[in-house]
Amino acid sequence: MENKKTVNMDLKQYGMFLILIVIFIAFSIATQGANAKPVNINNLIMQNGYVVILAIGMLLCVLTGNIDLGVGSVVAVCGSVAGIIMIDYKLNMWVAIGAALLVGLLVGLFAGFFIAYLGIPPFVVTLATMLMGRGLTYTLLQAQTKGPFDQSYNFIGAGFLPVIKIPFGDGTLDLVSIFVAVVASVLLIFSEIKSNATKRKYNFAVNPTWQILLKLGLMLFIIWFFFYKLARNNGLPFVLLIMVILIAVYGFVTSKTVAGRQIYALGGNRKAANLSGIDTRKVFFWVYVNMGVLSSIAGIVLAARNGSATPKAGDGFEMDAIASCYIGGAAVAGGAGTIVGAVVGAFIMGILNNGMSLLGWSTDLQKIAKGAVLLLAVTIDVLSKRKKG
Amino acid sequence: MSEYILEMNHITKEFSGVKALDDVNIRVKKGEIHALCGENGAGKSTLMNVLSGVYPHGTYEGDIIYKGEHCAFHNLRDSEAKGIVIIHQELALSPLLSVAENVFLGNERTSMKGVIDWTETRKRAQEMLAKVGLENEDVNVPVNTLGVGKQQLIEIAKAMAKKVELLILDEPTAALNDEESRKLLDIMLDLKKQGITCIIISHKLNEIEYVSDSVTIIRDGKTIETLVKGKDDYSEDRVIKAMVGREMTNRYPEREGVEIGDVIFEVQDWNVFHPDDEHRQMLKNINLKVRAGEVVGLAGLMGAGRTELAMSIFGRSYGQKISGKVFINGQEVHLKTVKDAVKNKLAYISEDRKTYGLNLIGDVKENMTIAARPFFFSKHGVINANDEIVAAEDYRKRINVKTNSINQVVGSLSGGNQQKVVVSKWMMTQPDVLIMDEPTRGIDVGAKYEIYCVINELAKAGKAVIVISSEMPEIIGTCDRCYVINEGEIAGELNKEDFSQEHIMQLIMAHMRKGDENGK
Repeated sequence: MENKKTVNMDLKQYGMFLILIVIFIAFSIATQGANAKPVNINNLIMQNGYVVILAIGMLLCVLTGNIDLGVGSVVAVCGSVAGIIMIDYKLNMWVAIGAALLVGLLVGLFAGFFIAYLGIPPFVVTLATMLMGRGLTYTLLQAQTKGPFDQSYNFIGAGFLPVIKIPFGDGTLDLVSIFVAVVASVLLIFSEIKSNATKRKYNFAVNPTWQILLKLGLMLFIIWFFFYKLARNNGLPFVLLIMVILIAVYGFVTSKTVAGRQIYALGGNRKAANLSGIDTRKVFFWVYVNMGVLSSIAGIVLAARNGSATPKAGDGFEMDAIASCYIGGAAVAGGAGTIVGAVVGAFIMGILNNGMSLLGWSTDLQKIAKGAVLLLAVTIDVLSKRKKG
Repeated sequence: MSEYILEMNHITKEFSGVKALDDVNIRVKKGEIHALCGENGAGKSTLMNVLSGVYPHGTYEGDIIYKGEHCAFHNLRDSEAKGIVIIHQELALSPLLSVAENVFLGNERTSMKGVIDWTETRKRAQEMLAKVGLENEDVNVPVNTLGVGKQQLIEIAKAMAKKVELLILDEPTAALNDEESRKLLDIMLDLKKQGITCIIISHKLNEIEYVSDSVTIIRDGKTIETLVKGKDDYSEDRVIKAMVGREMTNRYPEREGVEIGDVIFEVQDWNVFHPDDEHRQMLKNINLKVRAGEVVGLAGLMGAGRTELAMSIFGRSYGQKISGKVFINGQEVHLKTVKDAVKNKLAYISEDRKTYGLNLIGDVKENMTIAARPFFFSKHGVINANDEIVAAEDYRKRINVKTNSINQVVGSLSGGNQQKVVVSKWMMTQPDVLIMDEPTRGIDVGAKYEIYCVINELAKAGKAVIVISSEMPEIIGTCDRCYVINEGEIAGELNKEDFSQEHIMQLIMAHMRKGDENGK
């Protein structure tokens, strides 16, 4: 007997995408289309690359029910270490990158040790790394900006992947971007078909066809919108490649691996996780080590985009990363949240920043608006959960 | 005014259709110490919560007449204003605040509105402490520097500060040693002389015999009888009979066709010390054996050390300075972590599913597979999601977890279904030895029956099952054999043919008496 089970999609899962689109459209209207221009879309990605990278790592911390306040300072330390190696010691950029990653790893090991094995609250430990890291940066750089860096290094933050440009309309079109968009679309459609086939095979409930089509259509639209705009500009930024790789890897780790799910179990109920055979100290340790490494990647990217290392680099980034996770639907108490959510959260913050800048608002006003959006997003999240429970 | 300070008449309290209290009557004379007895879950605490206003007036049926007046309490404050104070088993003290501050916690001595008068607080605290025999204590030290016994007395002093007339003590001596218990009971007798009426809830019948003037026995939410000292037979045996004298009906499924095999689980000379106090021995020389296909009970009162025993074996999740040997399938195993235990085919289902068993914001599938995942549902650390879904669906059907889907959040399930999720989680690890700690606590009769069926199924599959339960009928109904544990020691062992609640209670009481004599 054919048993056709269908179930409606959980709209809340896609609510963030809708908010992202609504905010984008609102700013499009307010800026008379300025924020949808190809060069601005490109800026949006380049300016938010490091926040996205940090938000990915921060999500793991948030999943445990904690935060990492030190990431902004680690970004600065790693950038300055890379800068000193390249400018003062005139060494190869790969040495600089290696050293920066090593410093991030060491900070992570340091924080992880105190948090996991000595049981010091993460808030305190990372407050300490935040202060120590900032102080260390000023000491290393002697409060001076270090630069300019070599073009080959700056490529990481400001470079583009190879392009094949053809004349198109009033400008050019990059065929590589279009090609990637085609591949992404095919993969997306393919994975959707496969996942539905698997569901049917095991006789699991599937979503109604019109909902699947609507979801696919919306996602294809977003992909093509972004890639078309990028194709009209200079092609695909290198930062985008880093972001996509990290999102894919961490999306996989958090949803499909034993280690990833242990973070959720720990955040949901630490005692129960312990009694289920999970070494929760080990989980804590690696979450913070990972945050250190990702902070150093963000530091390398930021220094490359700026073309220099400055003592104030990364100031306040921890707050943007934390806010991204919460806006993206992660639970403050831990145990719930997704990588995609955190990334979308980071872009919502980015679109707000970018849009308000285009409108000529002062940074002071921008902070007020960002604070309000954070509060609103989390309030809606908490209230909607309360209604359900 | 009548001789009774308190009359509770025809109290009925339902929880979503289940009667926790069914026409309960209790009358307490002014100035007496009145004991309330019954098994765990009989309804004692519910009754006291009705009295103190935790369950507000209107959520129950019946009358409360206190000092000749009909009462309609809506919260604890209402009842405290009338001089009724309840002291719970868990201490309600703020550990880092001073003794004096704790005595007046929520009842602060103030000079102006909101400004604490420290001189008055300290002076009056001293007076209150004197009433409970603690006149030599420094009222300025943090309360956690005192022992549990003294903290319990400070709870009483706190009640005295509220001008208590009717004091309710819920298992006041559960965490105390004999000497401390004795002191507390003598303080109660002293309070009686000061004209304070007391209600004491206790499992320790020797204490009840010593301190109380009358005892009301509750069983299954109904009043059985009230015995008065000097008028009725007031012996422990008499009280036990009233407590447990219930007919056994078919609440336990028959277990048929199970072959009991060789010993597959054995614990030898197991000793464990308290995690925070290395001199306090919690378990002494425990030896036990369980055979394949056998269901063995661990009977005893709450706090006897059964959970501590299970958790200390299960990857040293409790205690320190643990010594002794564990054998599974004839091999000695060293279970240093929970993972070791799971690897060696041991599973432990905790008594407190919400705190130790479940990720309440996680879904059914996630909770079911989390423990077995490293061993069965993953390869090189990558999860096989389809296998998990198939397994979760299988268990959902097999043990009848009532849920919309395996993606439903566990926190939204009923207690019985939550328990089934925990049971599934541990069955999925395919253990040879399964310890179930209070497997049916707080779940309804239907779900209980299904859990018992699972136990039978496990036994049929040749597993060794250990059931820890404070409900003696459950031990009798489900087990082939049982160990009676009391105060961290094995007080005795009973085979199925010798099972009876009286026997279990007698073993406990005999062991307690022995302990008392050794103590003297």
